[in-house]
Amino acid sequence: MMNTQAHHTAAPAPLLELRGISKSFPGVKALSDVALRLYPGEVHTLMGQNGAGKSTLIKVLTGVYTPDSGQILLDGKPIAPASTSDAQALGISTVYQEVNLCPNLSVAENIFIGRYPRRFGAIDWRSMQQQARALLQQLQIDIDVTAQLSSFPLAIQQMVAISRALNISARVLILDEPTSSLDEAEVNLLFSVLRRLREQGMAILFVTHFLDQTYAISDRITVMRNGEREGEYACSELSRLALVNKMIGVAADTVAQELDLAQEAGAASFGPNVLEATGLGRKGALLPMDFHIRQGELLGLAGLLGSGRTELARLLFGADKADSGTITMQGQPRHFNVPRDAIARDIGFCSEDRKHEGAILSLSVRENIILALQARTGLLRAIPFKHQQALADEYVKALGIKTASIETPIGSLSGGNQQKALLARWLVTSPAMLILDEPTRGIDVRAKQEIMSYVSKLCRKGMAILFISSELPEVLRCSDRIVVMRDRKACGDYARGELDDSSVLQVIAGETA
Amino acid sequence: MSMTTSSPAAPAARAAATTDSSIVHTVLHHPLSRPLAALCLLLLVDLFAIPGFFHLEIRDGHLYGSVIDIVNRAAPLMLAALGMTLVIATRGIDISVGAVVALSGTVAAMLIGGTMVMENGVPTYVSNIPMGWALAAALGAALLCGAWNGVLVAGLGLQPIVATLILMVAGRGLAQLLTDGQIVTVYYQPYFFIGSGYLFGLPFSLFLVAAVFIITAVLMRKTALGLFIQAVGINPVAARLAGIRTATLIFFVYVFCAACAGLSGLMISSNIKSADANNAGLMLELDAILAVTLGGTSLAGGKFSLVGSMIGALIIQTLTYTIYSLGVPPEVNMVVKSVVVFLVCLSQSSEFKQLLHRRKA
Repeated sequence: MMNTQAHHTAAPAPLLELRGISKSFPGVKALSDVALRLYPGEVHTLMGQNGAGKSTLIKVLTGVYTPDSGQILLDGKPIAPASTSDAQALGISTVYQEVNLCPNLSVAENIFIGRYPRRFGAIDWRSMQQQARALLQQLQIDIDVTAQLSSFPLAIQQMVAISRALNISARVLILDEPTSSLDEAEVNLLFSVLRRLREQGMAILFVTHFLDQTYAISDRITVMRNGEREGEYACSELSRLALVNKMIGVAADTVAQELDLAQEAGAASFGPNVLEATGLGRKGALLPMDFHIRQGELLGLAGLLGSGRTELARLLFGADKADSGTITMQGQPRHFNVPRDAIARDIGFCSEDRKHEGAILSLSVRENIILALQARTGLLRAIPFKHQQALADEYVKALGIKTASIETPIGSLSGGNQQKALLARWLVTSPAMLILDEPTRGIDVRAKQEIMSYVSKLCRKGMAILFISSELPEVLRCSDRIVVMRDRKACGDYARGELDDSSVLQVIAGETA
Repeated sequence: MSMTTSSPAAPAARAAATTDSSIVHTVLHHPLSRPLAALCLLLLVDLFAIPGFFHLEIRDGHLYGSVIDIVNRAAPLMLAALGMTLVIATRGIDISVGAVVALSGTVAAMLIGGTMVMENGVPTYVSNIPMGWALAAALGAALLCGAWNGVLVAGLGLQPIVATLILMVAGRGLAQLLTDGQIVTVYYQPYFFIGSGYLFGLPFSLFLVAAVFIITAVLMRKTALGLFIQAVGINPVAARLAGIRTATLIFFVYVFCAACAGLSGLMISSNIKSADANNAGLMLELDAILAVTLGGTSLAGGKFSLVGSMIGALIIQTLTYTIYSLGVPPEVNMVVKSVVVFLVCLSQSSEFKQLLHRRKA
């Protein structure tokens, strides 16, 4: 880890400075007197839990929101970006957490959209493609720039978004959780690009939840908590424990203990199989494989993106139709052609794609929570409004969902709280088996731990949980049993304790005998 | 995002002010406030510009007056707009409404036909086949049209505008084929009741609209239909994963929309005592879409307002009436109408609101 602390003492004037920024929304004070200083040639990490105000701060910085009070200074001069394009014109470019590009346009078009290179007034397609290729090669990505963006995995789409931001000759580059969908090699690639940009004098504001990444790349860290700036630290002077402590505001030990307690609350005891599958497969998605899960079991699925984890989950839930194999529950063969069939058999599924496959953004928290239960109860038998409120209230409380009210649109909640509400959607159906695909992606430490400890408790009460996560430590820590997937099939089945940090990597990479 | 208590005096005062004027705030921000305001504004213009606009009198036991006339004439559009609202809420659109209107009117008119014969010196009306059957056949034809649209959109996944474009052309074409392009006149008195009869002193068509509206509204409130339609309109993928039968639901809204259009067609043909395959319901789909939009339902799907669409339909009809009554030359009519519609739509645009706010700031 390089410590580049020295050179900003040499450059005393910050490139970008926020002073006393406050911003309120109806019922919520999102930012209160927040300050931030960003120097040229540094990677500055913004950390904080969900709802700490990171996203709001960035939206203020990029002109999406107008602050209620406070100043934004660029080169010491006050600026007031009124829109993202304003901010871009000032040299502030942002890559958002969720890729905000046009999936049905080509890679090259996405990079140059709105700024197409022109020749004699017409769009110069050839030059556009050449430039796009050159830009992506800087990130060492070699793809067909004329192919439709949606044909690439999320990770590549993310890189395209970054190329686009870079191309808008940014002086300040803001990365809002760019790494939450990238694998390790891709993260390293991204970081090498960031280091190069840092050397060129760019100021980079990096928002992430990953501690490892924070320490691998940052020069300085600003910690936010409850809409306020907790403090600004040189990365080298802040230990991990201290950082977590400052983010959460309680001693980190307590959090760790709480989690262990949930783990150890009664040694796991498993009932009979809730679901068995033999030879389950789907062309192009999953090679035929066997699978079983027991009552009260937290089964972790480990593997890289595209290893067949999500594909297996979708087949078990009927989100995609299997073309081979059988599913048996309680000795009866079951056919899940649509999700509805699986829901009728008490299976729930939290998708990895919260925005597109989970939340129904302009509906209220209450409506989102009762949706699956209502769908199962049937169209004609509406759940009485009072009962809906009671259910929503119960789970808002149980899961600690932070929302102004249960009638607030779910879209105005922070990511972690949306995730909790979606978890509640399935919990109200009291499923026998719950599939959680990346339930903790892109949410903060505290919410992660809250969700996982709640899930452990559900297991102890007899629910079967299939847990998919890219974060291996999380899988190792939580699972009673781990199935490792590689190249669209299962390649190992391990009880708790049989794998550790390094051996699981070997299995995933296929290096064991 | 917890509320921080360390706020200085100013925000606290602001918060207090908000609570005081919270009723005003709620009213102003109610989604129906704008369409209602537009309607009231139009009526206000009428109050001053058209003498005796709000005058009502009882003639032959029927209530007469401009307002009654407007509501009566708006009835077919209100029905069409009801169906269109649900289709639009699922992110769809149905541009075959006018064709279905023509087809159902034609089927009814041809099957009823009718003559008046003198039986023992008493004039008696005789239809080709019993009127009940004819009406059922006409509505059946409309339902088939809706099922066709539904299969194309929900089953085959065609884009709604393309899928319903097929029927927009084919439906009217079929109606014209059936009538050889001629106007089919009906001579059967009881049929006229639907479009020009009176019940308790009020036009019967109003009762029809009210019945359909109430049934629809009750379905939306007392069943989960409203929730599911919104969910499908906002995020069809997530709705399917939550266990909603999205395809069935989408099929249903197209059938419902066509049923409304069919009923609307009966009303129109009954009112003009004939079926005109060339002109009946021409452009009605566009007025229906307009009514839905004026009522505050977004074409992007999701949240919808049935009441809003009714108000939208009334706005359109009041506007037409006003333009005619003011003696605006017919050739100016369309332009004036479009200007008013533009203004109402502008008042609903959030972009425009932001623009205004920025001006002020």
